[in-house]
Amino acid sequence: MENLLVILLVMMIVAAIMAIHAKDLLSSLIAQGFVGYGLVICFILLRAPDLAIVQIVVETVTLIIMVSVLHDSTRKEIQVPAGKRDIYTYSLSFVLVGLMLYYFNRAIATLNPFGDHALRMSDFYAREAVELSGSTNLIKGVLWDFRALDTFGEATILFAAAAGVMAILRIKGRKE
Amino acid sequence: MRGMSIIVKKVVQLMSALIFVFGLYIVSHGHIDPGGGFTGGVVLAGSFIVLILAYGVDYFKLKKQKEITSLFENVSILILLLFGLSGLFAGSFYFFNNYLSPGAPGTLISGGLIPFYNLFIGIKVGATMFVIFLALTIYKEEASK
Amino acid sequence: MTLYLLCFVLFMVGIYGVLTRRNLIKIVISLTIMEFSIFLMLALVGYVSGGQAPLVLDPETPYVQVVDPLPQAMVLTTLVIALATNSMLLTMAIRLYKKYGTFDIRKINELKG
Repeated sequence: MENLLVILLVMMIVAAIMAIHAKDLLSSLIAQGFVGYGLVICFILLRAPDLAIVQIVVETVTLIIMVSVLHDSTRKEIQVPAGKRDIYTYSLSFVLVGLMLYYFNRAIATLNPFGDHALRMSDFYAREAVELSGSTNLIKGVLWDFRALDTFGEATILFAAAAGVMAILRIKGRKE
Repeated sequence: MRGMSIIVKKVVQLMSALIFVFGLYIVSHGHIDPGGGFTGGVVLAGSFIVLILAYGVDYFKLKKQKEITSLFENVSILILLLFGLSGLFAGSFYFFNNYLSPGAPGTLISGGLIPFYNLFIGIKVGATMFVIFLALTIYKEEASK
Repeated sequence: MTLYLLCFVLFMVGIYGVLTRRNLIKIVISLTIMEFSIFLMLALVGYVSGGQAPLVLDPETPYVQVVDPLPQAMVLTTLVIALATNSMLLTMAIRLYKKYGTFDIRKINELKG
């Protein structure tokens, strides 16, 4: 199973690079859709059916919105010859990537190896959630009983995002 | 955005209600099966989005729909907050206490307040997604004039 | 360890895209890829080998080993929020395109109002 995940992840990385370097924005969107649907298969392999259902719907709606944005604007990628400033940005980004890779390698040593997760606090959740909350779906037990205030905060962020979209897209001002 | 051909319209007309019922099923069975409010809400929004995509914008009164959807969104988050506060009056000392009795796990009526939370977060997520899509569609229509 | 490293490489691809692209839509796509890698990282950390999905099918049976429900609960809410914030970024992009007629961020920066 681990080998399958490695193969999927390598394919997702290749698709991500294709999405960033594509000449046409529509093919870029399709490559991004490949990354998103690959993530669905990863979630199924990692025993997370809830996440797989959400991701498959969310990815579809994202692609619909992105295509509808591209539909009445341009889909050509900007073609400019590389100047002096591009050399700075590329070298800066590669230095940053290398630096973060180094620190990640140091941080990864503190994690347990894959599949050997220490259930410290979650062990309580996994054992007691059914009895305490009455929900046989343990994720919902955690989400709406033990950590309901966090979930309410996230619902507030959703509200703020919708209010932001409606404020940005208003053409006419308020009538006096 | 103009409507599509009559085949697409008919198929969408038949499928949209089924998608809506499936979303309601996911929302209501959230505490015993995979799914729940966040999942089912996006499916509910999808059932409306596919209608607008197939029929085009001239078929619906989008402004009025946007107002109604926005009302649903605001009211559902208010009801969630009231459910959270209701724990204070039921004798506990913190927000979002699941004070109803858990019931028999695995049956539809169980889990205390969790089915109510699932229902209202489902309405909220669906309304948010649909209102974002509606705002984008109305903007595109007004900008193209 | 290989999986964690590959997941981080996906994150770095996203950062590379944000830093070097000039097109607003490409920047939104790069941010989406970064979000995907973070979701995958949380799901990978919570995996227990041999564990079942976090569902109790029969409440009478004794405890079976399940994967960690806590990271999955965190990711579940964040997936929906990512959709809303991505839509907000896209609406900003379409509004800028309407005003300046281009997706090029350097041109928008030079035009100034």
